[in-house]
Amino acid sequence: MKDVFKTVLMGVTLWLASLAAAFAQYDYIDIRNPSLKKIPIAIPNFRISPTDSVLSLKSSNQIAEYLDFTGFFKIMDREMFLMDPNNPETDRATVKFQNWKTIGAELLVTGNILTQGDLVDMELRLFDPFKGEMLIGKRYKGWTKDIPQMLRRFCSEIIYLLTGSWGVFDSRIAFVSTATGHKEVFTCDFDGSNPQQMTRFKSITLTPVWGMDGTWIAYTSYAKGQPDLYILNPSGKQGTIVSKKGLNTTPAWVPGQFKLAATLSFSGDQDIYLLTGDGKIIKQLTENWGIDTSPTFSPDGGRMAFVSNRSGTPQIYIKDIGSGKIERLTYEGKYNTQPNWSPRGDKICYSTIEGGEINIHAMDLKTRQAVRLTYNAGKNEAPSWSPDGTLIAFSSNREKGISRIYIMTAYGTDQRRLIQMNGEQFTPSWSPKGSGN
Amino acid sequence: MRGKWWIIMAVFLIIPGLLTTTSCSKKMVKSDGMTMAGEGAVSDETAAGDTTGYNQGGLDEEGLTPEQRRAKEQFLNEHIYFEFDSDILSAEAQSILMKKAEYLRDNANRSVTIEGHCDERGTTEYNLALGDRRAQSVKRYLETLGVEASRMTPVSYGEESPADPGHTEEAWAKNRRAQFVFN
Repeated sequence: MKDVFKTVLMGVTLWLASLAAAFAQYDYIDIRNPSLKKIPIAIPNFRISPTDSVLSLKSSNQIAEYLDFTGFFKIMDREMFLMDPNNPETDRATVKFQNWKTIGAELLVTGNILTQGDLVDMELRLFDPFKGEMLIGKRYKGWTKDIPQMLRRFCSEIIYLLTGSWGVFDSRIAFVSTATGHKEVFTCDFDGSNPQQMTRFKSITLTPVWGMDGTWIAYTSYAKGQPDLYILNPSGKQGTIVSKKGLNTTPAWVPGQFKLAATLSFSGDQDIYLLTGDGKIIKQLTENWGIDTSPTFSPDGGRMAFVSNRSGTPQIYIKDIGSGKIERLTYEGKYNTQPNWSPRGDKICYSTIEGGEINIHAMDLKTRQAVRLTYNAGKNEAPSWSPDGTLIAFSSNREKGISRIYIMTAYGTDQRRLIQMNGEQFTPSWSPKGSGN
Repeated sequence: MRGKWWIIMAVFLIIPGLLTTTSCSKKMVKSDGMTMAGEGAVSDETAAGDTTGYNQGGLDEEGLTPEQRRAKEQFLNEHIYFEFDSDILSAEAQSILMKKAEYLRDNANRSVTIEGHCDERGTTEYNLALGDRRAQSVKRYLETLGVEASRMTPVSYGEESPADPGHTEEAWAKNRRAQFVFN
């Protein structure tokens, strides 16, 4: 009897301890902390059977690239590893935590891959060498061609564990490119791979935006000789064209709802209207005589930021949709446009023109403090938040005056080009989670 | 004798009539009652490029006289220009628009698209709105001069369709414009 009691007590204690450990894990990454230190992570080559050193390296390298993209990690150099690359460590039984602690690896990823023809059975694990614990253990089975997708899933698990958010690995980015000689909409994966041409109007097509978890898209095209708003579900072949006299521009979806705002000027004035996903007007959102354009919604759809010249120059305002109250957000500079509301709700990024340069700023909505994110690097505009609010896509012509899509963290660090294509690229739009795979 | 007379009359009336019908089957500008009767076959050499002007009655392939052609070309090629970030019509812009209103009065069959454009400074979305503002501003002014709203369609191109692709003040000034296109 006493033994049973002891065992139960032990069990409960262990369970409580593991809960405590689970909560403690959120200490790993606090993405609200601006002085973020990158976590050193070791990703050695994976064990693979039958032997295929190419696939082993390729898979571990791919995980390294995906994690590197987030800006949270320092990918450690394999040269430092004490592990024998011909005898890769995989699970608790084989991992030598001391060897990883010695070189300062705070996280470790191991893989064990079994292939059979076109099929693969893959185990991936995340360890904390300092605590001597396995944090995540997953097994994926499927076609070898789907390995990248499995790796992305695993990376999503890692980011979810560390930040509480699923990250960007399933997302896609839409943008405009002149690669074919005309401005058309293209899409690519979050890291710039798999670019695909979406429109073939051979006209001028502008400012694409994703909606409804990435299954719908809207953009403006001159395909019929005037700026019309196309709202469509690319895979389902459903859609509407809003073709009123004047402007049908700057679409912006209400997060998670089949509604969007757009600039229409059929009345003779440029105002923002709320539309259903079928293109029917629900109501007029701005009434000021003058330019009102470029809407963007808060995550709950209750507030809308937009651009207006009602005070004389283009500035950013916020309207509370329920109360109708409007307040001005930007007071510095004479030309603040292209607002984009973070999916986390706490910040709005936008572009500012000053002295012939265009730069991106992010404003914290609680403190109303704005931070400048780009410096001395040409024209930087059209910012778009990643679905987890940790990264920003934007266009920059810093390379020889040619406009290309760039990525940076929410703090302006790690600025790098997303994709290399012919022509120029403009106005990226990052999908909500889960539009890709 | 009488029968032959008939035939001769027919030849001299019907056949020229047929010829003029064919030659004037393209757009005829209904203006100040100019008649084409008895004109005979149209010759391209008569009016095309004739700027010295004194060739009264010579028509081009559209059936326009040199004066009408000039008016049309001026209507299409004389643009309205704007200051940076502005849709205000200057005095010069207004006087150009008065001529355009006159043309539209004289050519009641014409309907037009008024294109609004911006220079490359500024951002895509805002420039789409500013171009629209310029086009709408021109349209409203023409309405005050008596042109029916239904004949005019404003279309903004923002900064997407510059007249001059350069990056100088001169190029920018040429791009901040409203221009007319026939529908």
